[in-house]
Amino acid sequence: MYTTDQYEGMLAETVAIQGANGDRVLAYCARPLGKGPFPGMVLIHHMPGWDEWYREATRRFAHHGYASISPNLYERTGHGAPDDVAAAVRADGGVPDDEAVADIEAAMKYLRALPILNGKVGVFGTCSGGRHAVLAASRVAGFDAVVDCWGGGVVMQSDQLTPQRPVAPIDYTSDLQSPVLGLFGAEDHSPTVEEVAVHEEALKRHGKDYEFHMYDGAGHGFFYYHRPSYRQAQAVDGWDKIWAFLGGRLAA
Amino acid sequence: MCTMIVQKVPLEGFGKGAGGWFDMNQANVSWDHPFHAPEEHALNIDFVNESRGPGARVAVELSVESARQLVETIQTVLGEAEGKGLLKES
Repeated sequence: MYTTDQYEGMLAETVAIQGANGDRVLAYCARPLGKGPFPGMVLIHHMPGWDEWYREATRRFAHHGYASISPNLYERTGHGAPDDVAAAVRADGGVPDDEAVADIEAAMKYLRALPILNGKVGVFGTCSGGRHAVLAASRVAGFDAVVDCWGGGVVMQSDQLTPQRPVAPIDYTSDLQSPVLGLFGAEDHSPTVEEVAVHEEALKRHGKDYEFHMYDGAGHGFFYYHRPSYRQAQAVDGWDKIWAFLGGRLAA
Repeated sequence: MCTMIVQKVPLEGFGKGAGGWFDMNQANVSWDHPFHAPEEHALNIDFVNESRGPGARVAVELSVESARQLVETIQTVLGEAEGKGLLKES
């Protein structure tokens, strides 16, 4: 618990990692000052891009004691205003899943190489980033907790599969090695309540450790205070659930 | 990309973006999350020239009603111009 008499410092900066195909990928890294050891968190940005909200979220995790990193999954599209870059990615149907997973793995390994890490790393994502978080933790070893916030497209019909997204993340459920916290809005259209139920059933069937919360009165993106989708009470409760979940899973 | 409802259409024209006028050669039309419109989804049109980078973009985010009205109005205006013999299509 944070108390007013404690020292707090943070280092937050842009760094570069070697992502998929050896590409240079920028990432925003925020970590508490001090030798730790700290648990690590990889934050996967949402469809609207590697934007200010994700920088703030990365610092928020650092404030809560996590060495945190958020890689720019849209690196190959070029640089510019986050919405311009994201619009170009949107037109291409998103980034390839294989590329995203490799970038996320590289971010996780960046944290694991830090001398201040306690050996545990979680992954957090919202919107498409929630889907990527589930996907990465299912396909790559090295994650100790997953926070999926309203990740649409975990459950996919065959006609929704594309060259970029050839396999539905739910089909990798048996390979998932880490516990999952899922936060969803009952009024969301992606994922719908029905799709969340299908995902939950798969986790149950494979005996996975999970915790799902469906919030009434909330839709897609209810953490985003800069959007009309923000729902104060649900967002506060959701963040509390995140800290409780991660605190129990990522402590050394 | 959350809905995956998107189409690209080649076109010829000019658009005024943040950096001034540029020759655009494509419109990306999607029904997906908007960046600014206060809705979960919108009819988004990005007029772009990809060779000039992500910043060469003129963006609009429309409600369903507005998008349908726009399509109708474009057809009406073109029809009127055609009726007056003002269109020279290649």
